[in-house]
Amino acid sequence: MAKLNRARRAATSPNEGEQGATEGAALSRRDLLAGAAGAVGGALLTGIPGVAGSQGAPAAKARPVVPADPTKVQGAPTSAVGKRTPFFDPARNPTGEVTGNSLTPIEKLSGTITPSDLHFERHHAGIPSIDPERHTLMVHGLVDRPTILTMDDIKRFPQVTRIHFIECSGNGRNAFREPKPDMTPQKIAGMSCNTEWTGVPLAVVLREVGVKDDAKWFLAEGGDACKMTRSVPIAKAWDDAMLVWGQNGEPLRPEQGFPLRLLLPGWEGNINIKWLHRLEFGTRPWMTRWETSKYTDPLPDGTAREFSFEVDAKSIITSPAHPDVLKGKGWRPINGIAWSGRGRVTKVEVSTDGGTSWHEAELMNTPTSKAHVRFQYMWNWNGRESILLSRATDETGYVQPTRAKLVEVRGIGTDFHFNPIYGAKVQADGRVFFHGET
Amino acid sequence: MRHIVIGLGALVVAACGGPGGAGEGTTPAAAAPAAVTPAAAMPAAATFADYDAGAIAGGPGAGKRYGFGRQAAKADIAKWDTDVGPDGAELPSGKGSVAEGERLYMTHCMMCHNRKGEGLPPMYPALIGRDEKAEGFHFASDPKLVKTIGNYWPYATTVFDYVKRAMPLTAPGSLTDNQVYALTAYLLSANKVIAADAVLDADALRKVKMPYADKFVPDDRKGGPEVK
Repeated sequence: MAKLNRARRAATSPNEGEQGATEGAALSRRDLLAGAAGAVGGALLTGIPGVAGSQGAPAAKARPVVPADPTKVQGAPTSAVGKRTPFFDPARNPTGEVTGNSLTPIEKLSGTITPSDLHFERHHAGIPSIDPERHTLMVHGLVDRPTILTMDDIKRFPQVTRIHFIECSGNGRNAFREPKPDMTPQKIAGMSCNTEWTGVPLAVVLREVGVKDDAKWFLAEGGDACKMTRSVPIAKAWDDAMLVWGQNGEPLRPEQGFPLRLLLPGWEGNINIKWLHRLEFGTRPWMTRWETSKYTDPLPDGTAREFSFEVDAKSIITSPAHPDVLKGKGWRPINGIAWSGRGRVTKVEVSTDGGTSWHEAELMNTPTSKAHVRFQYMWNWNGRESILLSRATDETGYVQPTRAKLVEVRGIGTDFHFNPIYGAKVQADGRVFFHGET
Repeated sequence: MRHIVIGLGALVVAACGGPGGAGEGTTPAAAAPAAVTPAAAMPAAATFADYDAGAIAGGPGAGKRYGFGRQAAKADIAKWDTDVGPDGAELPSGKGSVAEGERLYMTHCMMCHNRKGEGLPPMYPALIGRDEKAEGFHFASDPKLVKTIGNYWPYATTVFDYVKRAMPLTAPGSLTDNQVYALTAYLLSANKVIAADAVLDADALRKVKMPYADKFVPDDRKGGPEVK
């Protein structure tokens, strides 16, 4: 049985959040079927290949049929719930495992808000099914009034709405350790998503329960099958932490923590505990599995960083990117996203010559703290091979480093927080490949 | 002191009555002073530190509570609060031996974590291993080194806490405290941290020191120009 399991797992996509993950060469049949379930237009997947070239290339689908002249026939009537055009079918790439992940196809998206149904997933014990009327949040430990709050209670507090990204700290591990030309932005950085979140400032709840002065940390526990737990310094609660129930105008998606999650803006994804059901206040961290055996960063001096919360500044070009093929020289935008867990992105620079010269890109939206910003730089391709790069600077003055610099200071075996400068190599024939050796 | 977005003229604080019976709340930060400022002139708040009931349009007033929720009884807390910190202060009564733990491992754990604890990566992590290559904590230079309990985990209490809350995969949280002590004992013994004839209870587990506990250091990244 062990051998069978191993063989089966070798055929699935890698589990980015776990140690020892290796690059998956192919999608399993199950992955393809899972992706097909979300496809629109009723197109059938036929001839599922044993080996697909990349996760961005599902089996060919019939092109949707539309009238030759749509102005000569009445259109479709109104509907209760809208659907995407059948000409656009973005999909995550689920591993299909309860401790697995599925990555957002960031190269297919525009603007800065990630559609809720495409927000990346990373679970540690699957997605629990929770009835919001039975879900409660218990707040106890070093507080004056240990309290149990229902979802109705929580929604009666004053609300705030803020836009922040969440990035898995394992985002891009495979691209960092073993960059390969056929990696897409989804594969390289598909675990950073940006959302309009609605909830209550955690500080409001702290005041409500009367947190004692000697409380220095709190434990956040999820209501999933591993009751996932992380310890959080209390200063974050007074800063910008939120208890969140709203995601882009509707309740959280189940895979994003319905009905309640913790949001710690700018901090690594896993600490934004989903399906939140307990907060305990204490004097010291709890040293849970997810802050000791996982989510610690080995360093070249033979130590490992713990509680490495903040996401450093990062950017990635999403267009052009593999598997794009440029149809001839001329003007086109180099376009991508940038973010920092330490505040606002203040500058994104683009190079079209592999880093010899850099040019300041336009920031397409007003940068806000701990949120995605989209950048563009208009480029007149001369038809020769070109290496495109982007690098972000944040308000602390931190500049996104090269991969070589990260390897120097962290080691090739470090486990989390990968933010090297990424590249796209445009060949003379127009084909675009990932260039990871920066 | 900055306020969050607030309606015009809504910051009359001191005179507001709190919700009946809620009483005066404990406010770790200084209560927001009453101030009437046009909303348009207010900067977006960088923090929620002063976001109390007195800073909200129509709220009950500074330092007051809304009074939502019900009191968490001791029984409510006991039902959920199973966590065990690194000092082992919360460890329950009970005990278990390495030998009992090995039998339990074969019944409940082996099908995923493999016969010798080598795991089935990436889904099922390795638990056991103190091979020489992985000694010395060279994980940053060699991505192939496997982080087992023995060569990586800094606290033995974490094994107890995690097994109790999350394992086994098919029946999470179903093990008795005695069984969790026994499994913890087996995993620590197989990782050459404690003796093969050891019996673990709360006192014994509190005394276990993991081989690489002193390798873990605080995060020294602080933003700014230096890349760390």
